[in-house]
Amino acid sequence: MEIIFTDLLCVGAGLAGERVAVQASSAGFDVICLSIVPPRRSHSSAAQGGMQASLGNCCMADGDCPDVHFQDTVKGSDWGCDQEVARLFVDTAPVAVREMAFWGTPWNRIVAGRSIYYKGGKQFEKTEATEREGFITARDFGGTAKWRTCYTSDGTGHTLLYTMDNKVVELGVKVHDRTEAVALIHDGVTCSGVVARCLKTGALRIYLAKATLVATGGFGRIYRETTNAVINDGGGAILALDTGIVPIGNPEAVQFHPTGIVPTNILVTEGCRGDGGTLLDVNKERFMPEYEPKKAELASRDVVSRWMTHHIRRGLGVKSAYGDHLWLDIRHLGVQHIRTKLREVDEICQNFLGIDPVKDLIPVRPTQHYSMSGIKTNKDGAAYGLNGLFSAGEAACWDLHGFNRLGGNSLAETVVAGKIVGEKVVEFLRGYEASFSTSLALDTAKRQQERIERIISCKDGKENVFEVRNAMQDEMMDRVGIFRNGNDLQTAVDNLQKIHDRAQKVGLRSSGVGANPELALALKIRGMLRLALCVAYGALTRTESRGCHAREDYTERNDRDWLKRTLATWRDGDNLPHLDYEPVSKSFDLPPGDRGYGVCKIISCDGAVIGA
Amino acid sequence: MGRKLKFEIFRYNPNDPKLVPHTDLFDLEETDSMTLFIALTRIREEQDPSLQFDFCCRAGICGSCAMVINGRPGLACKTLTKELPNNITLMPLPVFKLIGDLSVDTGTWFRAMNENVGSWIHTDKSFDPNAQEERMENAVAEEIYELERCVECGCCVAACGTANMREDFVGAVALNRIARFMLDPRDERTEKEYFEIIGTDEGIFGCMGLLACEDVCPKNLPLQDQLGILRRKMGWTAVKQLFNFRKTR
Repeated sequence: MEIIFTDLLCVGAGLAGERVAVQASSAGFDVICLSIVPPRRSHSSAAQGGMQASLGNCCMADGDCPDVHFQDTVKGSDWGCDQEVARLFVDTAPVAVREMAFWGTPWNRIVAGRSIYYKGGKQFEKTEATEREGFITARDFGGTAKWRTCYTSDGTGHTLLYTMDNKVVELGVKVHDRTEAVALIHDGVTCSGVVARCLKTGALRIYLAKATLVATGGFGRIYRETTNAVINDGGGAILALDTGIVPIGNPEAVQFHPTGIVPTNILVTEGCRGDGGTLLDVNKERFMPEYEPKKAELASRDVVSRWMTHHIRRGLGVKSAYGDHLWLDIRHLGVQHIRTKLREVDEICQNFLGIDPVKDLIPVRPTQHYSMSGIKTNKDGAAYGLNGLFSAGEAACWDLHGFNRLGGNSLAETVVAGKIVGEKVVEFLRGYEASFSTSLALDTAKRQQERIERIISCKDGKENVFEVRNAMQDEMMDRVGIFRNGNDLQTAVDNLQKIHDRAQKVGLRSSGVGANPELALALKIRGMLRLALCVAYGALTRTESRGCHAREDYTERNDRDWLKRTLATWRDGDNLPHLDYEPVSKSFDLPPGDRGYGVCKIISCDGAVIGA
Repeated sequence: MGRKLKFEIFRYNPNDPKLVPHTDLFDLEETDSMTLFIALTRIREEQDPSLQFDFCCRAGICGSCAMVINGRPGLACKTLTKELPNNITLMPLPVFKLIGDLSVDTGTWFRAMNENVGSWIHTDKSFDPNAQEERMENAVAEEIYELERCVECGCCVAACGTANMREDFVGAVALNRIARFMLDPRDERTEKEYFEIIGTDEGIFGCMGLLACEDVCPKNLPLQDQLGILRRKMGWTAVKQLFNFRKTR
C-alpha cells in the first residue's frame, strides 16, 4: 500500500485548512492538503455576505473596536462561547482582513461623500469622510452594534478562497484533491495521520504526519433541508467520533439560517437584510418589528428563525406546494444595488426561482445552515484526546460561537483561527520528533479495506444506503429542528437508534468498483447516524433554552445548571453517545446577562429568575 | 403528470476493465423546478447507484458540475429541465481527463494553469500586521471582482476550438486570470513579464477568436472584451520589445 509522509496533513482544503497550510509551509514545513473536491470548490466559496472585523473604517462603524465585536459575539453565542477564544478572535480579525487584502482579496472600499442606505425598508443618508476614502468598507449584519462585515459584493467567500488557494499555489503546497480521509491512525494517545480513499480510483492510501489538522467544514447534510453543499456530511466529526476518544463539543448547537430559498434551500445572504431588506408575511406585511422592536430583521439568526417559524405557525405564512414560507423583500434597494452588491442573490433568484428580485419577492424559510459544534479543541486548536491532532473552522468547536453564530463570524473564523492555529501547529512541529508504527498504520488500513469488502459483498445486509440516509434526514428535520421538546427528542433518539442499526447493515447495489459514489456514502452513513444521535441526544439532555437550542418544555436559559458545554464521544459497541460536560469558559469578561433581543427569561447562576 | 424525460448519458469507468465507453438510457418523470442536479441525483439513487458525476454547492457558485448538455457546455446545477427538450444527452467535458461517466479531473488542470500563469500577487513588499491597509479605489476593486468571479468550471476550455485541438493552449480562463492581475495595483509584474507568460502562440496569439468561451461562460464574464484588450496590449508589448531590441543592438 502506498504510504506518504509529511510534516503537516490538512484534511480539508477550504479556507481554514489552507490558512493553516500556508502558515506551516511559510515556516518551512512540508504540508499536504487532502480535499474531496478541487480546493476552490470547497464550501467556503459559498459564503456570500462577508467577514466580520472591527476595522472601524466606514462612518457607520465609528467607535467600533475589538471590544465591541467581543460583546456582540458573546451575546450572539448566548454566553455559550469560550470568552478567551472570542477575545483572541476579535483581536486578530482586523489583521487577518488586512492580510487577505495584501494577498489580493478585492475588498469593497469606502467611497467618499453622501450616499443613501436602507434600514427596515426606510431610506437614510450617510456621509463618508474624504480622508477615509479607499480603506476597506463594511456592511451591516444581524446581531452587531456597528457596520462591521467586510465584503466583496456578495462573493466574499469565493474571493477569499481564491486568494488563499493562490497563496497555496505560490508556496507550492501540495493538494491531493478527490481524496477522502476514512480513518485517523492513532494508538489512543497520539494521532499519526490518516487512511484515505482516492476518489479517482477507489484505492486506499496511508498518510503519515507529525501533525494532522481536520478542517472539513460542517455537517448540514444530516438534515434534509440545508443550505450546505452536498459534501458537508460531517466527515471530520465522524473521524473524531470513530476514535472513541476525541469529543464533539455541543453537538446540539445547530444553526438555522432565516433565508434559505424555497424549494431548493439555497442560501441568500444575510447581507440582504443587512443592506435593508425586510421580511414579509402572507399579507405582505412586516412582522419582525412586532416581535423584536429594537433589532427587527437584524436580530441574531436563531431569534429571527424562531420568530419566522412562530409566525408561520400562527397561520401567517404563504402556502406553497413545498410547504409554508415567508417573503424576503429587497425590491426597494434598487436595481443598481441588487445587480452589483447582491449579485449572487440576483443570479440565484433568476436561475433557480425564475424571478427578478428587483421586481419580485423572494420565497424564504429558515433552513439548516451551520454547525457551531465540532471537534472540541483548546484555544490553540489542539483537539482534546489525541496529541498531534488539530482542528479549525466549522469542523472544530474552538468554541467561538457557543449556541449561536453571528453572520460574518464564520468566514472570519476560518482565516482567523487558521492563522492562530497555524502558528500553534508551527510551534508544535518545531519541537516535535515523531516515530511512526507501520503496523498500526497498516492495521488501520486493513480494517478499512475489510469494511469496504463487507459492504460491497453485502455481508452484513442489503439495506439501501440512500433510504437509510433519507430516514435519518427526515427524523432530524421533523424532531430535532428549530423548536424542540422532550417527547419529540426522545422519539427521535429511539428512531435514530433503529436507523443506526440499519446503517450497519448497508450493502451495495452497484459493483463498488473504482470511485464508486454509492460506496462513498455507504462508508460514511454509520458515522452520520452517530453524529445525528449526538445532536438529538445532546438536545434531549440539555433541559434549557440557549441560542439556537429552543426547548418548548424548558423555555428559560438556565445559567445555574447549564452554563456548560456538552462533550460527546462514541464508545465502540454502544448505540448512544457518552456525554460529559465542562464549563463553557474559564473567564467571564462579559458576565451572563440579557442579549438585548430574543425572549429573555433567565435562571441566573445564583438561581434568581430574571425576565418574563 | 410531468413530461417523460429521456436521458442519454455517457458511461465509462476506467477502473473497470470489463467496461467499454457507451451511453445508457434513463427515463425520468419531470417535476416542478427540476434541475439537472435533482434529475441526476434521482437517477443515481433510484436507478443506477454507480453513476458518477460531480456536484458540490448545487447553487452555481463552486463550478463543480460542468458537463456537455445537449451539445453545449454548462453548469448542470443551474440548468432547469424545463428549458430542455424531452431528450437530454449528457456528456463529460472534453479536454479534461475523464475520471468516470460525467466526472472529469478539473482539479489537476486548473492547478497547473494557476502555476503556469503565476495566479497570485507578485510583490517585493512584505505584510506589516501593524499597518493600516493600503488604499484602493472602490471602482478598481469592483473591476477586479468582475473578472475574479470566474469559478474555474472549465466550460470555456471545453467550448474552445484551439483548446480542443492543442493541449498546450492556456484557454480563456488563464487569459482572464492574467487580465485580472494586470488590473490589480498590488501585482508588481511589468507588461513585459505578463508578455512572457501569454505573449505566445500557446497564449493570447493562439486564440482564433471564435469566442464560444464567452457564449458558454455560466458567470457571464466579459471574455470577448478581455481577449481583445489583451491581444492589443500584448501586440503593443511585442512591437515595443522589437523596437528596444533594435536600439540595444
